[in-house]
Amino acid sequence: MTTAASVTSHTRIVEAHPIDKVLRADRFPHILCPACGIGSIIHCYVQAITESGIPLNQHVCVSGIGCSGRAAGYINVDSYHTTHGRAVPFALGIAVYRPDLRVTVISGDGDLTSIGGNHLIHAARRNVNLTIICINNFNYGMTGGQAGPTTPLSAKSSTTPFGSWERPFNLPHLAHAVGASFVARWTVLHIRQLKEAVLRGMHKQGFAFIEVLSPCPTGFGRPNDIGEGLEEMRRYRRRCQVDDHAYLPDIDIDLTNDDSPIVVGNFVDVERPPFHPALGEPAAATPKPDPDRAAARTQSRESSSNGQ
Amino acid sequence: MASKVPMTNGVTQVRIAGFGGQGVILTGMLLGKAASLYDGKEAVFTQSYGPEARGGASSADVVISSEPVDDPLVTNPDILVALFQEAYVRFRPLLREGGMLIVDDELVHADAGETGMHAIPATRMAEALGRRIVANVVVFGYLVGMSGVISRDAAIKAIESTVKPKTYQLNLDAFSAGYERARGDRAS
Amino acid sequence: MGADTKVAGSPRLMVGEHFMLGDHACAEGALAAGLDFFAGYPITPSTEICERLAHRLPQVGGRFVQMEDELGSIAAILGASAAGARSLTATSGPGFSLMMENIGLAVMMEIPCVIVDVMRGSPSTGLPTLVGQGDVFQARWGSHGDYSIVAFSPSSPQECFDLTIRAFNVADQLRIPVFLLMDETIGHMTERVVIPPADQIPRTPRKRPGHAPGEKLFLPFKADGDLIPPMAHAGEGYNVHFTGLTHDERGYPALNAQAHEELVMRLSRKVSAHASEVTLVEEVYLEDAEVVVVTFGCTARSARRAVNLARQRGIKAGLLRAITLWPFPEEHVRRLSESGRVKRFVVPEINLGQVCREVERLTSLPVDRINRAGGAMISPQSIMEVIAA
Repeated sequence: MTTAASVTSHTRIVEAHPIDKVLRADRFPHILCPACGIGSIIHCYVQAITESGIPLNQHVCVSGIGCSGRAAGYINVDSYHTTHGRAVPFALGIAVYRPDLRVTVISGDGDLTSIGGNHLIHAARRNVNLTIICINNFNYGMTGGQAGPTTPLSAKSSTTPFGSWERPFNLPHLAHAVGASFVARWTVLHIRQLKEAVLRGMHKQGFAFIEVLSPCPTGFGRPNDIGEGLEEMRRYRRRCQVDDHAYLPDIDIDLTNDDSPIVVGNFVDVERPPFHPALGEPAAATPKPDPDRAAARTQSRESSSNGQ
Repeated sequence: MASKVPMTNGVTQVRIAGFGGQGVILTGMLLGKAASLYDGKEAVFTQSYGPEARGGASSADVVISSEPVDDPLVTNPDILVALFQEAYVRFRPLLREGGMLIVDDELVHADAGETGMHAIPATRMAEALGRRIVANVVVFGYLVGMSGVISRDAAIKAIESTVKPKTYQLNLDAFSAGYERARGDRAS
Repeated sequence: MGADTKVAGSPRLMVGEHFMLGDHACAEGALAAGLDFFAGYPITPSTEICERLAHRLPQVGGRFVQMEDELGSIAAILGASAAGARSLTATSGPGFSLMMENIGLAVMMEIPCVIVDVMRGSPSTGLPTLVGQGDVFQARWGSHGDYSIVAFSPSSPQECFDLTIRAFNVADQLRIPVFLLMDETIGHMTERVVIPPADQIPRTPRKRPGHAPGEKLFLPFKADGDLIPPMAHAGEGYNVHFTGLTHDERGYPALNAQAHEELVMRLSRKVSAHASEVTLVEEVYLEDAEVVVVTFGCTARSARRAVNLARQRGIKAGLLRAITLWPFPEEHVRRLSESGRVKRFVVPEINLGQVCREVERLTSLPVDRINRAGGAMISPQSIMEVIAA
């Protein structure tokens, strides 16, 4: 990022970048492939940290395993690179014991929704005060492009050489169904929207789930003839439709069909009591049925019927 | 009748056997607690946790001694309290020769040849006190009064420190009813 | 379970004499040690620990979370501990198996925590309500790779209380996971437990950074001479990085043989270097014993009785009880083995032969195994027969 003052007639070399203090500069160069989307997402997270108004010392980053899981290692806050799938319960421990801290989990689709799927749904159900940035690159990238629970139908990977025959998760729908207070989906093209979503997550009292579609030219692009990373980005740009009121059961991603939209947006933002284990007093009464859910359903039915 | 505390090599093994809901676990707890905390003795209390512990049969084992109790297992009880027929049938053969047998005679029909058995209609006595639920404490009182394995004072302290304050008097009455009956039986 | 339910409104430390279930005594020991955070998944026969803490911990300012499974339970206590909490989980065999993954993470990240395993008949679902002692090796070797931990084995409810406190202190001192290897018999046994006043409860603090955050670069994995690095917690401003990958002193991944050698050796040596401080044994009649029973947990109670019976018969029997199971009390066994007086060891255990292998590797004397698959205690008589044989 450059500052406004840098618009000058000559190139100026600066000693320090404004976000340097939020990055572990001593860890660079990073391990990510050219055209990988994870760097942009780290940038959005770092930007959100600096704009959050929450002191750096109160941010904690937790991740699991995989390329996305390495994100924690590049961010200069207290950061924990845990085991495969366990980032969410590890983060829960921090968030429950230190409710004053702002804990963000950055990890991949396989880590969070396959091996960590049970933890994810229960943390959302409890409405634990966590922001989850789920980087979805449709495969296990670090280990060479195996299929996962987000791999699209018919997509090829090293473990689905004839194309995947499993139906993938529709992650925003899943997160909403299991009780997340804030649910969004963006792509690495939506830098500003993504940063805003992360900021909203940080300020949300409760479980915020943000899916970010991210190109993985090495693991996913190559076997699926998407060519270079830029091409996957172009597909996002061509097909993305912003619809905050989308009917979530309908927003599966169909990568095989170039005509089908990829619906993005901030889909859910509701207030629910966040998870605070009792301190001696009885737990709060059962939350009322969620009026938002019914409303969203009606609304999105209308919008989807309008759109088709 | 029995004037000496039933024991073997200085150790008294007690098994209290009934079915779920009769409060045998509480009875065992009270006995062990009284011995251990209020009577200067050593005691270990265990209960059956096997699959049989669910729903049906329930038994509480207490081992009491003046020395530390290494072995918590009740193998051949010196005192057997049987509060339903199956408990009697199952555990009577294990009772040590010369050991003390206590039954609720309205729930257990002893063999014709059974001699020296102590019978107490604990459930009916508890009903007379207004609460059938304290039958186990009537039994506890009877067990203490009949065996002398722990002192009356210790037993009452155990009740006081265990039951809810509002039920203390009821439990004390139940204990006393059982205890006095045992004294009467012993005198006769 | 256990009818002593008058705990509502009790202070953190229930000073005094109690007639208490072993599982409850463990929970009370954790509270006495300053437990801040418990995460667990109920499983027989450890459930009473979970239930007791569900009741007690929130009333004294701690946090109790019932997790979705044991994978989550141990991850959560590591997170809380990384943020400074004294953290506990409790489980039994099937859950213990699931926890193995993050036990390795605790070792690698050097995050202190206490894990209670109330052993039941196993393998698999086995005998949920009946005793077993088959997790001794799993506690030592269960997670993948080479590492060292400390495990204590109580033989009474009182020791459940005392050793839980000690487990927290050792965990914090050495920055390791510490196990309390209880068994169903001890967990489900009710006996007198004395809870001493606060000034008699020792507390070993974690070693903490020697300088304020920002003063200079903090190296979270740079160990001192005692091989233990100081620990900074989440939210303190040291900007630490912890990873389960092999890492350098800064905490950054260092994926090469040399860094791995250094780290893994230190993690292992930091336990062995402090082994004598954490090794606890009970010795009975060892001064003139010719037959020594090496034992632990509930089996030690039968063994003690058996040794007394043998003495009554004029047999010079003695007992070495491993209160600390890991590191195994090697020196004690070696000393006995080399005494010239001891002729034989007897190792009874409710498994098919675990502790006996430790004894066998430490002595050339005969080692008589007494093994049961599980479901019941080994009787004093059967131990006595082998002593007398």
